[in-house]
Amino acid sequence: MKKVLSLTLVLVLISTLFAGCSGAANSNEIRIGINYELTGKIATYGQSSVEGIELALEQINAAGGVNGKLIKATKYDNKSDNAEATTLTTKLITKDKVITVLGPATSGAFKSTIPVAIKNKVPVISGSATADDVTVDKNGVKEYAFRICFNDSYQGTAMANFALNNLSKKKAVVIMDSSSDYGKGLAENFVTTFIAGGGEVVAQEAYVAGDKDFNAIITKIKDKDFDVIFIPGYYEEAGLIIKQARTQGIDVPILGADGFDSPVLLELAGPEALNNVYYSNHYSSLDQDPKVVKFIQDFKAKYNKEPDAFAALGYDLAMFAVDAISRAKELTGPAVKEALEATENFEGITGSFSVDEFHNPVKAIVVIGLENGVPATSIKAGQ
Amino acid sequence: MKKIFENDGLKKLILLILIFGIVQLLITTGIISPYLQETLVTLCINIILAVSLNLITGFTGQLSLGHAGFMSIGAYTCALITLNMPTTTGFILGVLAGAVTAALFGFLVGLPTLRLKGDYLAIATLGMAEIIKVIFINLDSITNGAAGLNNIPQFVTWPWMFLFTAGTILIITNLLNSSHGRACISIREDEIASEAMGINTTKYKVAAFTIGAFFAGIAGALYASNFYFIEPNQFGFLKSIDVLVIVVFGGMGSISGSVIAATALAVISTLLQSFSEVRMILYAVLLVIIMIFRPQGLMGSKELSLSVLGRLGNSDSKKGRV
Amino acid sequence: MEQFLQQIINGISLGSIYALIALGYTMVYGIINLINFAHGDVYMIGAYIGYYCMTFLKLGFLPSLVIAMVICTLLGIAIEKIAYKPLRNSPRIAVLITAIGVSLFIEYATMFIVSANVRSYPQITEGLLAQSFKVGNITITAQQVIILVVTVILMVLLQFIVKKTRIGKAMRAVSLDKDAAELMGINVNTTISFTFALGSALAGAAGVLVGLYYSSINPFMGVMPGLKAFVAAVFGGIGIIPGAMVGGYCIGMVEVLVSGYGNSKFRDAVVFAILILILIVKPAGLFGKNTREKV
Repeated sequence: MKKVLSLTLVLVLISTLFAGCSGAANSNEIRIGINYELTGKIATYGQSSVEGIELALEQINAAGGVNGKLIKATKYDNKSDNAEATTLTTKLITKDKVITVLGPATSGAFKSTIPVAIKNKVPVISGSATADDVTVDKNGVKEYAFRICFNDSYQGTAMANFALNNLSKKKAVVIMDSSSDYGKGLAENFVTTFIAGGGEVVAQEAYVAGDKDFNAIITKIKDKDFDVIFIPGYYEEAGLIIKQARTQGIDVPILGADGFDSPVLLELAGPEALNNVYYSNHYSSLDQDPKVVKFIQDFKAKYNKEPDAFAALGYDLAMFAVDAISRAKELTGPAVKEALEATENFEGITGSFSVDEFHNPVKAIVVIGLENGVPATSIKAGQ
Repeated sequence: MKKIFENDGLKKLILLILIFGIVQLLITTGIISPYLQETLVTLCINIILAVSLNLITGFTGQLSLGHAGFMSIGAYTCALITLNMPTTTGFILGVLAGAVTAALFGFLVGLPTLRLKGDYLAIATLGMAEIIKVIFINLDSITNGAAGLNNIPQFVTWPWMFLFTAGTILIITNLLNSSHGRACISIREDEIASEAMGINTTKYKVAAFTIGAFFAGIAGALYASNFYFIEPNQFGFLKSIDVLVIVVFGGMGSISGSVIAATALAVISTLLQSFSEVRMILYAVLLVIIMIFRPQGLMGSKELSLSVLGRLGNSDSKKGRV
Repeated sequence: MEQFLQQIINGISLGSIYALIALGYTMVYGIINLINFAHGDVYMIGAYIGYYCMTFLKLGFLPSLVIAMVICTLLGIAIEKIAYKPLRNSPRIAVLITAIGVSLFIEYATMFIVSANVRSYPQITEGLLAQSFKVGNITITAQQVIILVVTVILMVLLQFIVKKTRIGKAMRAVSLDKDAAELMGINVNTTISFTFALGSALAGAAGVLVGLYYSSINPFMGVMPGLKAFVAAVFGGIGIIPGAMVGGYCIGMVEVLVSGYGNSKFRDAVVFAILILILIVKPAGLFGKNTREKV
């Protein structure tokens, strides 16, 4: 009998060890959660986003916080693992008692956290989950999920129209990142729109994130008859594809989406290769908006480097969340959710936007044209 | 009283009911928060994975680096079934179908590759898992490719989790205590000698591989039914490595070792959560240190049985009489 | 035909990199039967050292290459001394887990220090390295030539060391029978350290070459090439130096041909499928001898 008793005792002890430490809420602070990919495969996106978020929170708290209360952010690393993302959002909501969770960065990880948000009635917002079905599915809109970035169909369609109408190109090659939902979603929408608009997709090639050698693909398409290339993917690989394509003598226009927006693109491809390259983005550094200029200055001052799209979206994400919290009737999840839904003409650095009925931002898209690696033209593109 | 407790099976049963009851009680009273429940689910899935890999690697001696591949088959099968049939029946059907499909794959893969030995087998199983991943990425119409399957209904609750975890442990332990299990262990100790003793080594190796895949399929199915979302990249090489780490850390050939190691690693990982940037560094250092100072793992090939526990209890209370 | 030749050239430059990494794998495996998972990460460190030499110290290609090789050599020896040597007599699987631990440690420590961001090597716009030659419609860049030349030189050097020098003889002896070698007066520890040093130096060189050729480096760049290089080593017959070279070139070539003439989505799957087939048909790899087991 003793054995069983001692075993029971041990078990109880272990469980109290686990349960012991949930902090008491401090009424002078507002708690929000940050759940991002700080380590693991896609840490580079997570780290950039969090840099933007932390810059924004620092500025908000330095200016006295929200309605006299300081923002206290609890930050966790989900190791680029979706299950960990679910667990951490649960932890943030139930243990750290946050009223909003920012992140994760990718659609997959973000999707894994949404059911937790709905169950606990606390909104989750992502700055960069672009898949179409993130905020809405066949059962309608997901009540507690929001985002501030374009969805894939919006960008894919915009770029297909840009190729057809602005560049008058009819024959496209698509080289997509087949390992991410981002690449897949963009490619699908681009192809559909391009073909519907009278274009022809000559070849569709694929690579996986982390690849460095694209010479085989480029050699393969080199002799085909095409007049534009679309690369749905991120700058790490896109930069290399552009460089290797230009080295092999392909000089047709190359199109991409907001995944191109990073100073690293220029470093990887080099200025000579980056001519006749166009990508869709949230904002253009050309428009000299004082807010954008100030953000870039502040970011450089804090981190000593240029911000990329993830950092800019992260900054806006934090500002957007805090804006809603400041308007919320009370500091609870449902109230913040209502405030988020009611957002109108939020002035962010990635454009000013309102939230539509599907919890997506309604914002203009800009197509940036590069000359020698520097933005030279920017065209507002519609849907 | 004494007589009842000498019955080992009954003891186990009581112990199991006790564990189940206590945890259930802690959940209902709210001491185990929803967050800890999620951790508990991950822990149980890791236990199932580790125990089933231990059967292949620890007991039969066949080094496999492809366990995540079988897990993904279970996860996808179950997810596809529950997405079309979101009821408890669908869930049970999904778990069973996931396990059976994974076992079938295990059988098909094991038949040719188990002729290989040691590191060659390891690299072949690793390749097999990578191939499964690439196929899932490219079977767009069924698996939705890299975008993954979304909105998988959640069915996993503590009773289910407990049922499957305890079931896996009991079935594999009993298997190992049978003559089939002894045959597997003899293959690990010396393949040629056991063949000379008349053991059909191919048959037992493939059987161990298939059964291991079966339970990995269950783990995958439970994973899909708890975390709402699956995508092929989750079941990569690193996931297989994670499981192998648990098995070796706990001790090759010790079921209780696997359980203890999975628990210990879950606790370590939870404790390190607040050190987000350095936690993987600490984890890696810990791994190396543990291996240097205890290369045979926590338990070696010993088991933590009730009698050992009992001895511990006795020596604690009646010191000096040992 | 022109396209085919171009693909062959692409395959050779990709294969050279795999071959360089595979050589380190195969030597370490040959001598202590360990899949050194940290090897791919040594390659990554080599790439970073080259990056810092070129960007901040403004050194040229050759000095950077040498510095990276030296530092990687030291790193390789340190890894062996700290993590593997205490486990010399432990079960092999424990050493394998240690290797995984070391690999994770190097990756995450690097990420902690230099962040996960992609870095890029300085663009070379002038001088010999920026040239490219055109033969008909085929483009060959100077960098591709350099990769091939450096790889071949290092391989010849390695073959010379292993076959013609005293230490090389010791390496072969230890790999054949450690205990017997020790009895013959060979210092086993020194020999193993030397093997790690040699393998790591090659990995470091591969890192700098990759950095130069593709210009993109990040803390996880070693994982996939490391895995593929190991496949190459097994493919050629693990423990056999010419096998690793041939294996590396085969894998590079297969990848390029699948992307070029088949479906690029299935590239990795085809590589692994060929590996499994080879292993089933010839379990000791292409160049391996089937050893008969003695009872």
